[in-house]
Amino acid sequence: MFLAETDKVVLGGERGKAAQFGMEMLIAVGESEGARELIDIEQAHIDGCLLHAQALLDFADYLVDGDAAVVVPTTLNVSSLDLLHPDLYRGDAETASQARRLMDAYVEMGCEPTWTCAPYQLASRPSFGQQVAWGESNAIVFANSVLGARTGRYGDFMDICCAITGRAPYTGLHTDEGRLATVQIDLRVDEDILDGEVMYPVLGYLIGRLVGQSVPVITGLDSRASEDRLKALGASAASAGTVGMFHVVGVTPEAGTLNQALGGRSPQRIVTIGLDELDASRAELDHGKGELGAVSVGAPHLSLSEVAEVVNIASGRTTKVPFYLNTSRDILDQAVVSGVDIGLEAFGATVVTDTCTYVTPIMGPVAGDVMTNSGKWAYYAPANLGVDVAFGSLADCVESAVAGHRVTTGPWS
Amino acid sequence: MRVDQVLVTGDAEGELLILDEPVSFWGGVDSDTGRIVDPRHPQIGAMLGGSILVLPHSRGSSGTSSSLVELLRTGRGPIGIVLGAADSMLTVGSLVAARLYGMTCPIVVAALPERSSGIWHIQGETLERSNS
Repeated sequence: MFLAETDKVVLGGERGKAAQFGMEMLIAVGESEGARELIDIEQAHIDGCLLHAQALLDFADYLVDGDAAVVVPTTLNVSSLDLLHPDLYRGDAETASQARRLMDAYVEMGCEPTWTCAPYQLASRPSFGQQVAWGESNAIVFANSVLGARTGRYGDFMDICCAITGRAPYTGLHTDEGRLATVQIDLRVDEDILDGEVMYPVLGYLIGRLVGQSVPVITGLDSRASEDRLKALGASAASAGTVGMFHVVGVTPEAGTLNQALGGRSPQRIVTIGLDELDASRAELDHGKGELGAVSVGAPHLSLSEVAEVVNIASGRTTKVPFYLNTSRDILDQAVVSGVDIGLEAFGATVVTDTCTYVTPIMGPVAGDVMTNSGKWAYYAPANLGVDVAFGSLADCVESAVAGHRVTTGPWS
Repeated sequence: MRVDQVLVTGDAEGELLILDEPVSFWGGVDSDTGRIVDPRHPQIGAMLGGSILVLPHSRGSSGTSSSLVELLRTGRGPIGIVLGAADSMLTVGSLVAARLYGMTCPIVVAALPERSSGIWHIQGETLERSNS
């Protein structure tokens, strides 16, 4: 691999042991993926601040001991704790203290304490064409697909190695070639299904199962595929599969035409998806047994418009079951400024920031199903929390909470 | 046979555990036991510990790397991995485990061995069935 003089300086250890290790990692991983050079990145998003393993703390300690400091603006993903609502945490004090130590370590390295899995909802989100290094699978797929920014599929450890060196291996989704679609997803469903929101996370789940590591291009969607809906699609696709980028013809910025998304080549595979396939995937995400025990919405973190939608639908009514709303502290700030938070309190929602209900002990024992609008939550919660998940639209989640039992205005509402 | 690519070099000898589908290391494998817990995975219940794990690639979360490191730290992880395609999240996990804990988990890309019993050996650029 070709190294710039500045890279060699870092590799020689002149900028500390942590940066040296970071550079060694970039070279090793870059070479394994065929990269011939490193490129500058303009920002980073770090996924390693959620304490789900002792190894994360050991690694953070290793970096801090090695004088790690980020050299580009760097945001932080969800952690294990809600620092704004610390009483919500039901885990033991020892784990909480370690989780806090992990969070502090990354702030000490110069990262911004944003604590959100939806950094694309922050004002700092990257613009079209910018080279970045993001962790968090749903954020990666959103940055590449919806924003047209360029990031590899970085995970724990690698994201911070990029942030402390300001560099990334020039390969894969960083390059023009690596962003071209090779699989075409031909969606053929009725108009009313495209109107509803449930189809989007279900389609994402199905695509994740189908395409493996390939970049798919979807035909058959239109401007009804809003940012929030593409967020849901990408989050499911990146949970069920290994999708780092997708195109939607006529919607996402590198797919003005099918031909553009494919780079003028024929797709290696064309998969037609109709209602039967969607029905089967929806059933895989929905394991509701009947009784409604709780509701949890927002994975990834709800946007301001989604929070406002919850408040509008709830208007003047209260929830009969525990209702958890996961969002970022930044979105909550905006909700407070616009007065939306008052409606949330009146509704009886438990607002969770900085973390999410499926990654840390916040929900108490639940008698019955947990209903969610999130394909990602539905994907992980059964194994993580041991709960049965009912799946529906955001509106159905709110209506169900008000009724105290599951309400469905239609499978594809 | 000669492997297609060495992602992390090293030696490992053990039984193959061939996964029929990709697995998500975060959320799909219990890091305390090394057991596959993803209810959608056809081999739910299988234990990764001590095996040479054979799979097309990992799935899902950015937590894949740290989950692999944790499995290696606790001794519940695979002793080597054979992939159908390069997977940087697993490469990163193995390299970090080597740095933090001195654990070696070689990772190679190779034509996946067919369902097979017996002991196999990863050594540098080769993947062979042991004679014993």
